[in-house]
Amino acid sequence: MPEIRNYTMNFGPQHPAAHGVLRLVLEMDGEVVERADPHIGLLHRGTEKLAESKPYNQSIGYMDRLDYVSMMCNEHGYVMAIEKLLGVEVPERAQYIRTMFDEITRILNHLMWLGTHGLDVGAMAMFLYCFREREDLMDCYEAVSGARLHATYYRPGGVARDLPDRMPQYESSRFTSKSTAGKLNDSRQGSLLDFVEDFTNRFPKCIDEYETLLTDNRIWKQRTVGIGVVSPERALQLGFTGPMLRGSGIEWDIRKKQPYASYDKVDFDIPVGTNGDCYDRYLVRVEEMRQSSGIIKQCVEWLRANPGPVLTEDHKIAPPRRGEMKGDMESLIHHFKLFTEGFCLPEGEAYAAVEHPKGEFGCFLVSDGANKPYRLKVRAAGFAHIAALDEMARGHMLSDVVAIIGTQDIVFGEIDR
Amino acid sequence: MATKLDSLVDSLNIAFPDISKIEGAIHVSLDLVVLNVEPSQLLEVAQRLHDDPALSFKQLSDLCGVDYATYGQDEWGTDTGNMASFSRAVSAASTGSLSFGDGFELPASDNQRFVVVYHLLSLDHNVRLRLRCAASDDSMPVVPSICSIYSNANWYEREAFDLFGILFDGHPDLRRLLTDYGFIGHPFRKDFPLIGNVEMRYDAVKGRVVYEPVTIEPRVLVPRVIREDGRYVSGAAPSDEAKD
Repeated sequence: MPEIRNYTMNFGPQHPAAHGVLRLVLEMDGEVVERADPHIGLLHRGTEKLAESKPYNQSIGYMDRLDYVSMMCNEHGYVMAIEKLLGVEVPERAQYIRTMFDEITRILNHLMWLGTHGLDVGAMAMFLYCFREREDLMDCYEAVSGARLHATYYRPGGVARDLPDRMPQYESSRFTSKSTAGKLNDSRQGSLLDFVEDFTNRFPKCIDEYETLLTDNRIWKQRTVGIGVVSPERALQLGFTGPMLRGSGIEWDIRKKQPYASYDKVDFDIPVGTNGDCYDRYLVRVEEMRQSSGIIKQCVEWLRANPGPVLTEDHKIAPPRRGEMKGDMESLIHHFKLFTEGFCLPEGEAYAAVEHPKGEFGCFLVSDGANKPYRLKVRAAGFAHIAALDEMARGHMLSDVVAIIGTQDIVFGEIDR
Repeated sequence: MATKLDSLVDSLNIAFPDISKIEGAIHVSLDLVVLNVEPSQLLEVAQRLHDDPALSFKQLSDLCGVDYATYGQDEWGTDTGNMASFSRAVSAASTGSLSFGDGFELPASDNQRFVVVYHLLSLDHNVRLRLRCAASDDSMPVVPSICSIYSNANWYEREAFDLFGILFDGHPDLRRLLTDYGFIGHPFRKDFPLIGNVEMRYDAVKGRVVYEPVTIEPRVLVPRVIREDGRYVSGAAPSDEAKD
């Protein structure tokens, strides 16, 4: 009988299911994975080192580019670390705006995850459905910040500006007929809050659609049930956070346990899985989208009733208004100092963690009292997850590796930093 | 929140009587308890933190290296005025424009240069802890690996090794993680230039990718400034000198 040897296979970095630039070196025994060795760093840009060479407020934009499908949550972690060291008060309205946009971001992220995970496993239609709703949320990003992706909307001490009173409208063009533009503009007649509220009314039905396609789908279940099972003890050991941890049955959510922004003032539940397999993590994330939709609704209600400032009045940290700057000498000085030198943080260390859609996003800042961080460490949720890929994939078939990569919700922007 | 931190400090004092005798080894910083340990004690302390039900730090949130080589140094003094003003930072002959590489010498310091910072999370007590461990030898920093206690330390330690050159004693597989295959140096050290040492391009003649020394001039756009006039302390009225 001939001797059968294991062979080594290269998966990625250009594989469509590798979610970016993951290179996996797989040791295979037939079609069974014996060992998986992820090679990461192909997207390493040295964000943390770059941040050390720039004033604090110039690095907010880099945070968007970490996990580039949940931009504002990254910014939130970073500005929270700065605020912690500065001890600056954030106006309540800004806290609610942040809560609302964190949840919008969570839906954005989960839709992206659901679409691509479905696509990887063979449910092409999911991708199309998810991106339909994603487009609406991107419009919210665009309305407040002018950018669809990299918003740089959160600032130390609040958010860049208040919510706009009107939504941008579609125009008919060669690609959008008059009737299509009219239909798209129907929900865009009022303010941003009207649009967001309309979205939260529509969205639960959309989730029902996704669930009709997947939850009881035989093929979907065959591909996900019992795949990549992680016990609660191992999930803790492996540093899992977010839906990966909750899928294994541990009820842990920073929004509930260590509330930040306005999460202690809104009502929501934490979904928890039981088996810790890919299917449970799918159910957890789908339920999280429903909860997010509820949180957004509560925020819209509060924001409607409570106008107020959205950025701290301390002009050592936040720029003065444009009009003030034109007429007032001191404001001009503040503006000049802020945009040439930035602000100095008191000496110290701070760790701020937020419940990012993928898990715990932490920012560890070391300040020596200068206008630039001495050291910034970004604790990315996906990093711990991809590190556990070896353990999760061992003993599974090659095609299950794709399902496991999908369920980990990997984005290389944050893993490689 | 404060009571939670106090009770954690108490539990730490009970668990580690030797460490608590050292001044400042256990202290509260902002909203976290910080515990400083020697590399020789690290494994024992980490094991106790993980197993002791009064502490129960079951999860390692984060592990990172910090290079303290240039801590507290600025590129532009703020105490005295000077005609050269802000342009000192961008003109080539200034102190602000750091030229790296051969000419760059790290300042002598008594403090240990490399520190490994661990952030631990206790889900049972809903509290975080910062564990700091300074490597004793600056030229060959070695810290014991905590992989056997926290599985996810594996990759975090690989990352710290890659970026800072901190060696983790007892690590099962200490390879580079984030940098390129065949990369030389440890990029997050303070004496490693921001723009790197080599740049890469495709050479049509040789028909392959070639590495060459960097051709970009290192430049500092915004100098590093430390202001000690208390202008950023909340509630304090800005003094007259502070308004420049």
